[in-house]
Amino acid sequence: MKAYAFDYVRAATLDEALALLERAGDGGKLVAGGQSLVPALNLRLLAPQLLIDIAHLPELRGITCDDTTIHLGAGTRHVELANSPLVAEHLPLLQMAVRHVAHAAIRNRGTLGGNLAHADPASELPACMIALEAVMLVVGPGGERRIDAADFFKGLYETALGPDEILVRISIPRSPAGARFHFNELARRAGDYAMAGLAIAMHGNSPQDMRIRPVFFGIGDRPVLARQAALCLEQAASLQDGLAAAQQALLGDLDPQDDLQADAGTRMQLAQVLLKRGLADLVAQGRG
Amino acid sequence: MTDPLSPLDRPNSYIGRTVPRPNLERLVEGRGTYVSDMTLPRMGHVVFVRSPYAHARILEIDTSVAKQAAGVIAVVTGAELVEQCSPWVGVLSHLKGLKSAPQHAMAVDRVCWQGEAVCAVVANSRAQAEDAAEQVQVRYEELEPVTDMRTALEPHIPVIHPELGDNLAFERSLDAGEVDKAFAEADAVAEAEFVFGRHTGVTLEARAVLADWNPGERRLTVYQGTQAPHMMQNIFAKHLALEEAQVRVVCKDVGGSFGIKVHVYADEMATAALSKRLKRPVKFVADRIESFVTDIHARDHVCKGRIAVKQDGTITAFAIDDLTGIGPYSMYPRTSAIEANQVVNLVGGPYQARNYRARARVVFQNKNVMCQYRAVGHPIACSVTEGLVDLAARAIGMDPLVIRSKNLIRDDAYPTDSPSGLKFEALSHHASLAKLKQMMDYDGLRAEQKRLRQQGIYRGIGIASFIEVTNPSAAFYGVGGARISSQDGVSVRMDATGAIIVQTSLTEQGQGSEALTAQVVASALGVALEKVRVILGDTDNTPYGGGTWASRGAGIGGEAAWQAGKALRMNILKVAGTILQTVPELLDIDQGVVVDKATGRERIGLDEVARITYFRPDTLPADFQAELLATRHYVPRQYPFAFTNGIQASWLEVDTETGFVTLLNHWCVEDCGTIINPQLVDEQIRGGVVQGLGAALFEHCRYDERGQLTNGTMADYLVPMASEMPDIEVGHVVSPTLESELGAKGAGEAGTAGAAAAVANAVNDALDPFDVTITEIPLTPSVILKALGQRSG
Repeated sequence: MKAYAFDYVRAATLDEALALLERAGDGGKLVAGGQSLVPALNLRLLAPQLLIDIAHLPELRGITCDDTTIHLGAGTRHVELANSPLVAEHLPLLQMAVRHVAHAAIRNRGTLGGNLAHADPASELPACMIALEAVMLVVGPGGERRIDAADFFKGLYETALGPDEILVRISIPRSPAGARFHFNELARRAGDYAMAGLAIAMHGNSPQDMRIRPVFFGIGDRPVLARQAALCLEQAASLQDGLAAAQQALLGDLDPQDDLQADAGTRMQLAQVLLKRGLADLVAQGRG
Repeated sequence: MTDPLSPLDRPNSYIGRTVPRPNLERLVEGRGTYVSDMTLPRMGHVVFVRSPYAHARILEIDTSVAKQAAGVIAVVTGAELVEQCSPWVGVLSHLKGLKSAPQHAMAVDRVCWQGEAVCAVVANSRAQAEDAAEQVQVRYEELEPVTDMRTALEPHIPVIHPELGDNLAFERSLDAGEVDKAFAEADAVAEAEFVFGRHTGVTLEARAVLADWNPGERRLTVYQGTQAPHMMQNIFAKHLALEEAQVRVVCKDVGGSFGIKVHVYADEMATAALSKRLKRPVKFVADRIESFVTDIHARDHVCKGRIAVKQDGTITAFAIDDLTGIGPYSMYPRTSAIEANQVVNLVGGPYQARNYRARARVVFQNKNVMCQYRAVGHPIACSVTEGLVDLAARAIGMDPLVIRSKNLIRDDAYPTDSPSGLKFEALSHHASLAKLKQMMDYDGLRAEQKRLRQQGIYRGIGIASFIEVTNPSAAFYGVGGARISSQDGVSVRMDATGAIIVQTSLTEQGQGSEALTAQVVASALGVALEKVRVILGDTDNTPYGGGTWASRGAGIGGEAAWQAGKALRMNILKVAGTILQTVPELLDIDQGVVVDKATGRERIGLDEVARITYFRPDTLPADFQAELLATRHYVPRQYPFAFTNGIQASWLEVDTETGFVTLLNHWCVEDCGTIINPQLVDEQIRGGVVQGLGAALFEHCRYDERGQLTNGTMADYLVPMASEMPDIEVGHVVSPTLESELGAKGAGEAGTAGAAAAVANAVNDALDPFDVTITEIPLTPSVILKALGQRSG
């Protein structure tokens, strides 16, 4: 199939992109890596009149670090995340996750901002953002807004981003010393969207100060922080002790649906297995 | 004592050598000629408006708005195109009782599957045609679809073609030996219902056709990605009211076929008819969604099987009851009954048991058409047979390799036949089994399996013996009245510089027909491979023949090439003998030079023979005429099919908590007779295995109860990919067919025939401690977890 005819503009600055977006109204669509958008265009699922290319905006580029926070430009390509020494040092969870995102050719072009704004419920990086308590910097005609990752993902392909706003930067607090991370997903083929996946960030060693954020993806219509399961684990004497209760708590935290790949029962089973294996990995890291 | 030299042991023989394919550089440099890339002056692009319903009456088609859209050349409905293209019925007379209904190039008053074309829009570009196609307004009255093959014959289910009386397209029964007695006297009987998901071929290049009706010469030239150009020439002529001589089919580079491109597709017929109607070139390239709803699907069988076994391991009987759904029409002209027919023919085929009962029923349904795809029927027959053999082994507590070695037809038993009447010239089941056992270190793997089970790691070994139908004679289609040639022809000529031009009726879709033809001709003649140029895929410029399908290229087209090469060699030596004043029998050709046969002494170069022949014939005797062109044809006569055999093994791990299967290794030992190019054969086996592994684990065309395909994209239909594939180790046993001098049998389908069976057996072997048996493919995580009873929520 061929896409509907559309116009294309490459914006030179963020202000120009915002102005174009405002003027285009409903007919405008941002494109950066195009790895989700272009297939949708070719399937005629979308019919924008104007594509505004923001892949080259300087305001969206760069990975930087200050005393408390890592800043990732929304235009950062997946391959840049994978190869960044700053990400490797401070955001190991992202480094673990990004290699599961599709295939190399797609990672070469696809961007972090595009991934997050697309909000595919089976995508790896949105879950990591929630686990890492990222903050999204978005800019619109009315100025800047900061949105917690936990509030950013609203549903299937749905975010808190306004139609006239652009996601500019993602800021992630540096993890405290001794933090541990786990990432795993169950995909039938390497590079596919997972049938179920789990990103975990945890810090603190003693039962009193331990905090854990297990975030599942590919299970519901958005990434889900398993709050009850986390509570079970934080209240238990050890991760192993909390496992059974946490697995049980997932029945309340998660609301999997049937789809082509698996029915809801299978998905719940996979989520519980992922949690068990994730905790075992974290325990092993703690010993290491 | 050394073996006597065979006719193949010629000077500078390329038989049995891995040499690069002549078309390799052209293809990898992107310099191929695929129909998808071709353009002609005044060419229109056709897009089809396709039915969103599985079954519906067409009430009205309003094309008025679409006709006004930008770039539109014509908008033509199915009813209108009847003027240009007559309908067809996909039956063959030797498949007794097979019935089907007339099928049109586009639906006329009723659509019978989701995706059937109802209206064509031709425009200056594909994008314009798609835009206009959205403006075609079709009013449908939805009819009750028949989707479940298990209930398709029940009285309350609508009959798709009322004039046929019922939804039963074909039924075949077979009863050989004393089946009831064998089951009554068995020490153990095992039975299971085997379920095979519908899947499809997924060629890298989609179906593509460019039809060019030239009113000036009243000829239709069709550039088409097809496996059988001469068959298509006949079909285009027949249904477009032309003489065959008015049709030329050109088939250049093709991006994969696997049996997908050997059938007559309604939209391709419509494209040719549109060219004739519009008097200009019209091109159709299926997009990926169209491919999923119109490329033939395959498999989709439910087969109940039973096996009778004695305590000593002797298998005494097989019985099967197979049911398959083929969509609303039997495909033309090869029909959609062949797969079920093959299942009946092949079940139990590797084994000595003489008691066999089978029934196969083929039913219509409102889903995409189904027909022959790589290894037609073999994966079904092999999975059922080998699944039953494993069940029998388990029932009597016998090792799977041991029960096979007790029951496989002995290597010294040939010629022999099967209970279903298949004639076997020479198979090598036991030599293959022995080789497999050694290659895979069977005993070592069993020890490893046992050790890992203690750690909660569940690995399994699956074995699958198989036979494969290759080198089909006229028994396949010709005897049933189809104008599908089972013979092939090859012309070989030497040009004025000594260069060799070969024209063959084989076609090339990536499997190496061009390479094997060049190797065979170079060997027969005694010239360097680089001197040989092969022309194929053009009904105007090649001898008449069948093309490339059913593992026939090397065995049939290869033998024709061998004979043509030999004939030309003799013709060349007659010229050389005349020049050298000797007899041709004392000469030979080596490395492009005529030599004394006895001593190898160089006498005259082929370039010099050619120069004299073409430019100084005045120097030759007046009563001698040189003939530097020879043509030979070949078809097997003695055996209707050259059966091959082999055995596969899978080694895999099942994650019993997630249902995921990890393939760890795969082995295939096969016997395709003489091997012309070892690398091409090995890659045929590997590619075939991968397609079988796809069926085992991933590929599935999933329809809902309304007959809607729910996964018609490459994101949702999972093809096997490199990351999930194991190493595939290939071994050979060589039993040449004595019917031809070359001795080659086919190798194209052996891999696909047994791979899924090996995987399914390995999964069940891995899950042996859980006492579950799974007989359904694809083996998805859901299927495995369900069997293990491990679902939450």
